[in-house]
Amino acid sequence: MSQNNGYPFGFLDEYAKKEVRRSVLKAIALPGYQVPYSSREMPMGRGFGTGGLQLTLALIGPGEVLKVIDQGSDDSVNAVNLRSFVELTCPGIATTAKTEEASLIQSRHRIPEKALNDRQLLVLQVPYPDPLSVVEPSEDRRKAMHGEADYARLLVKLYEDIVKFKEITISHRYPTRINGHYIIDPSPIPRFDVPKLHQSAALALLGAGREKKIYAVPPYTDAVPIAFDDIPFRIEDFNDDQGRRRTCQRCGCQTSYLDEFIDSTSGEKLYQCSDIDWCNDQLTATQHLEEVDI
Amino acid sequence: MSYVAIKGGGRAIQGAEELLEYLRCEQGEGGLPLDLATIKSQLRFLHGRVMAEGGLYHPDLAALAIKQFMGDSLEASFALRAYRSTKPRLAETPCLDTGSMRLVRRISSAFKDIPGGQMLGASTDFSLRLLRMELLDESPERFQEVAAAWLKNMPADQVPDTFPKVLDHLRQEGLLPQVDIPEGKAPFDITREPLIFPVPRSAALATMSRAETGSLLALAYSNMRGYGDIHPTVAEMRVGYLPMLLPHPISGEAMEVGEVLITECEVVAMYEENDSGGTPHFTLGYGACFGHNEVKALAMAVLDRSLQKGMKGGPANPSEDPEFVLLHVDGIDSMGFCTHYKMPHYVTFQSDMDRLRTTQQNLADHKGQEVTA
Repeated sequence: MSQNNGYPFGFLDEYAKKEVRRSVLKAIALPGYQVPYSSREMPMGRGFGTGGLQLTLALIGPGEVLKVIDQGSDDSVNAVNLRSFVELTCPGIATTAKTEEASLIQSRHRIPEKALNDRQLLVLQVPYPDPLSVVEPSEDRRKAMHGEADYARLLVKLYEDIVKFKEITISHRYPTRINGHYIIDPSPIPRFDVPKLHQSAALALLGAGREKKIYAVPPYTDAVPIAFDDIPFRIEDFNDDQGRRRTCQRCGCQTSYLDEFIDSTSGEKLYQCSDIDWCNDQLTATQHLEEVDI
Repeated sequence: MSYVAIKGGGRAIQGAEELLEYLRCEQGEGGLPLDLATIKSQLRFLHGRVMAEGGLYHPDLAALAIKQFMGDSLEASFALRAYRSTKPRLAETPCLDTGSMRLVRRISSAFKDIPGGQMLGASTDFSLRLLRMELLDESPERFQEVAAAWLKNMPADQVPDTFPKVLDHLRQEGLLPQVDIPEGKAPFDITREPLIFPVPRSAALATMSRAETGSLLALAYSNMRGYGDIHPTVAEMRVGYLPMLLPHPISGEAMEVGEVLITECEVVAMYEENDSGGTPHFTLGYGACFGHNEVKALAMAVLDRSLQKGMKGGPANPSEDPEFVLLHVDGIDSMGFCTHYKMPHYVTFQSDMDRLRTTQQNLADHKGQEVTA
């Protein structure tokens, strides 16, 4: 099992990986339930995706194709760091930046734009697993509230938002009810990505390393963001003042989640796809079309 | 057309690591790498602290971690803790008797004269914190003479190996309740099970023993200052080498495999009324950790006592709340999460801006309506 780097396959000892897999099975059997697990320390900081990483390392085997993204980018420092760690400790696996080629995708803050299929597994990194922590600091009491599906105080928080601001102010980590019972924190994905969990073909596993919890949104399962009948759930608005959808300045896409930035020379506000693989695909497609036109 | 960096993360990490390695070696020709023995001996308090907070008694690797992370105690104990994740748990020690410790120091602030006597040992407690300017330029010769001279005058055979425990004396006097060992209850292993509250006292003790010294001290100090009132008296503080027993792989019989340097502190706190109407007794707080770290052991003992109060009657202060204390004292968890805020948060911040702009717009529209009305 040991390679020249001196660490076992997947870094963790076999008992640790077995425990993670057992917790995953329980999480799938109880959609949205936060399964506690012992959660080993990883060689990167708590908060840098150690929960997601433990899932990936426990589930990956030779032949698997891994994609790691952070903020939608395969080449952001944290994604690079996590990916090279998996490559170092898991010889025989392949990595890719292409969403459709990956069998296992570990992500922080985004779900890829391209719809996932039933042969793919999505691992999300979670800093705060419990959506009730905003209304109840004690984990002991929150556990009882989840068991009884007592989410009244969460709804009151949403209502208070509307009274104060005429708007639900939760931007990301939007509380989402899974399979009609447990409400989860879907990790800090934007509201834009929450609907992708609903009836998704791919299994989504969520891992919180520091808080020692694993939970799942199984394939073809309801994932419904909480809201009121008269105040619906709304995703981020990328329309300009005239009500036109902003486009990616790089590939021209009109449907993707956009990053906003200021052009350092002109001072102009610009928008660009946050999912780089998606952006590259759109760019290739348009360039291809242009070539055909000529 | 402007440019947004979508590549280059890998090169940036590589560059940062190379720069860090340069800093470690920047003394250049005049410098020598730290050797592990020097770290273990001359940085002994840091070394013990890293083993305790890393939760792994491995003197060589702890010294390596201190060297590699240039004396950052959080990073060094973090590396030790991560190394631990690659190792299975193969055996469990039986309950060890600290009465059998080979002591280097033991004191009691409860009694002037304790059985076996006070043994001050190596301590800064009563030394003046004056900088010793002569050490600014210490010669190796003088440095080596100190140890030789001290050992020459040491009547080693006159010092007893072990000392009786002060608590045993208090128990004989009937001031403390007899030891109550719960039958058939194995101690909670925090490295193999998550904390699900309420947790047993053994889980609390193990968590605090691995905790970051400063975090424990801050919470214990809050209790000492008035956010709590346990009024501890140090019945005994002992520092020394505890024989480590493991079951023999074939016979199962406990055998000594070595010894670990630990600090142990037992505090006695004021008595409480006895619910069952029995005799009132003093109550106990217990602290212990790897290495020589008396502040940590004492802070832990205070918190153990305050947590017992909170578990019994409900917390009235943060230091009495098991969730508050136990979930916030781990150095590896807290430093990791603190550090993570430096990572990119572009996507979530975009989402935050969306909410703020929408809310601003809503309120502006609303004000407009009021004016028209």
